Amino acid sequence: MILLVPIDFPGDIDYLRDRLRKGFRTRVEVSLNGLDPKPFFNPDRRQYSSASIIERLERDAEGAASKVLAVTGLDLYIPILTFVFGEARLNGRCAVVSSYRLDNRSYGLPSNPSLLDKRLFKESVHELGHTLGLVHCNDQECVMKSSTYVEEIDFKGSWFCRRCGDCCAPALAGLK
Amino acid sequence: MTQRVSMLIVDDEPSVRDSLLQWFLQEGFRVETAAEAMEALEKMGNSNFDIVLLDIKMPGMDGIELQGRLKEIDSQLVVIIMTAYASVDTAIQALKQGAYDYITKPVDPDDLSRLIRNASEQRRLLRENLSLKEEIRSLVSTEQIVGKSPRMLEVFDAIRTVAQTDVTVMIQGASGTGKKLVARTIHSNSKRKYFPLITLNCGALTDALAESELFGHEQGAFAGARYRRKGKVELADRGTLFLDEIGNIGPKAQMDLLRVLETRRFTRLGGNAVVEADFRIISATAKDLEEAVKEGGFSEDLYYRLNVFNIRLPSLTQRASDIPPLVDHFVEKFSVAMNKPFTGVSSGAMELLTQKASWPGNVRELQNAVERAVVVGRPPIITASDFAGLVAPGGPSADVVLPLAEMEKRHIQLALDKSGGNVSLAARLLGVDKATVYDKIGKYGLVY
Repeated sequence: MILLVPIDFPGDIDYLRDRLRKGFRTRVEVSLNGLDPKPFFNPDRRQYSSASIIERLERDAEGAASKVLAVTGLDLYIPILTFVFGEARLNGRCAVVSSYRLDNRSYGLPSNPSLLDKRLFKESVHELGHTLGLVHCNDQECVMKSSTYVEEIDFKGSWFCRRCGDCCAPALAGLK
Repeated sequence: MTQRVSMLIVDDEPSVRDSLLQWFLQEGFRVETAAEAMEALEKMGNSNFDIVLLDIKMPGMDGIELQGRLKEIDSQLVVIIMTAYASVDTAIQALKQGAYDYITKPVDPDDLSRLIRNASEQRRLLRENLSLKEEIRSLVSTEQIVGKSPRMLEVFDAIRTVAQTDVTVMIQGASGTGKKLVARTIHSNSKRKYFPLITLNCGALTDALAESELFGHEQGAFAGARYRRKGKVELADRGTLFLDEIGNIGPKAQMDLLRVLETRRFTRLGGNAVVEADFRIISATAKDLEEAVKEGGFSEDLYYRLNVFNIRLPSLTQRASDIPPLVDHFVEKFSVAMNKPFTGVSSGAMELLTQKASWPGNVRELQNAVERAVVVGRPPIITASDFAGLVAPGGPSADVVLPLAEMEKRHIQLALDKSGGNVSLAARLLGVDKATVYDKIGKYGLVY
């Protein structure tokens, strides 16, 4: 089972839940108790620490969920980088994904909710892929292809390539 | 298969170490972290890394100093310095100390990704370059020329003397004495060793083909020239052009060659653009070119241009003491190639080979004999019977009728060998005058 934990997320989390449920063919639930973002805020950078969110999820997440994905509309960072779309622990249980820099409005463009949903789904699958043990893939169409700017997310596909799919098949089976 | 990139992250800040660790683990790298300089040095001593990401400010030892210490362990290491504050001084200092690049924290993900991709590629190319150089070194080295006889020691001395220079070399020796091997050895020990050694077989170079073969041609230069093709001279740029069997080159080709040797410039057939090439010339011949010059068959200008440093290779008979090590070398070579575990030759077989009166085909003939023996012999020892068909000691067997000229050639060669290359002595042994011996040396291309 995959548990989605909203943290100040303005979008349609039920849509994401349904798509993930369909993709992973497993139970996907939305946590009724979201997380308060304040402890993760860095006033110097005016951003939220993705590593701190994951630490908190790892500490607090209980229950039957095999994987826990925090979904937020906040701008995330790690100390070395200016921003991240999301973060995950390789082979771990928890990950976080942000819609902040996936939104066209972050780049001064008109809002495109449908495109935002697609991007968020891809990045959610990508981060969950890391928790399933997958590293970045060189296949241009694989969702595990690394994306460092938003257009790259649009180029790649929405799901694992055959090779990555085979690699994480046992871990995927464990989700069910 | 692509080798997995290995990375060491050195930073005293746990959150930086951890976030970089996660980031690069997800890239599929092998990643280790160190919180301070001593830990980094210890990890570096125990394991190999391609890239080190190094914080410039750390307690104990700063990043610049640590970089120097790490480079002492692995001079090819790619070091990227991380700094919290952009400072030109720091950047210059880091780069002067050999850092690949530096980043200011925080860095844009795309910039970091591109930087690491380029650094990995540089490291891969450096490694590949070293391994190719090593491969070339092992493929071609003076060790491949086997011999300890005084005549061969002189040859080795000559190779050592001339290899590192750019001097034009002419190698003279009878067929099978190893002229190509000497040319390859000179090239592989020269400054040009990482550039090509291009061989032009002048024996096969007809006058009609000479220009196109030497200088290449442009597309459409003649019927059938569908593409531009580089000639041997252009291919040898920055390397060595080896002119094999130079004595057989025709008059037109001699002129073409002389022209390019003088100017190092040429135009491709059918083209107007002047092409420049920087190459070294090594030529080889079994003929007495001085005689050919006198007879007008070889251009005097070309001869003097080619014969700047002369290496004369002895015949196998003149270096008979090298036969045992050569035999051992060939036995080992062909045993491995044919997967037949021979350990050597019997004393009877070695005696047969060392006492054979003449080897007109020189080392090549000996090599062929050993190769054949390895084919027919039964491991672990090659016996005299495995050399059946080899001419018995004392000259050709009585029931083999050789052409008179061949007999004369072999007989004069024998006299030259017995006299240690002394023409006067050989003439006395043969009961003729010196001029006759010189005449026959020229006629048959004998080596003394």
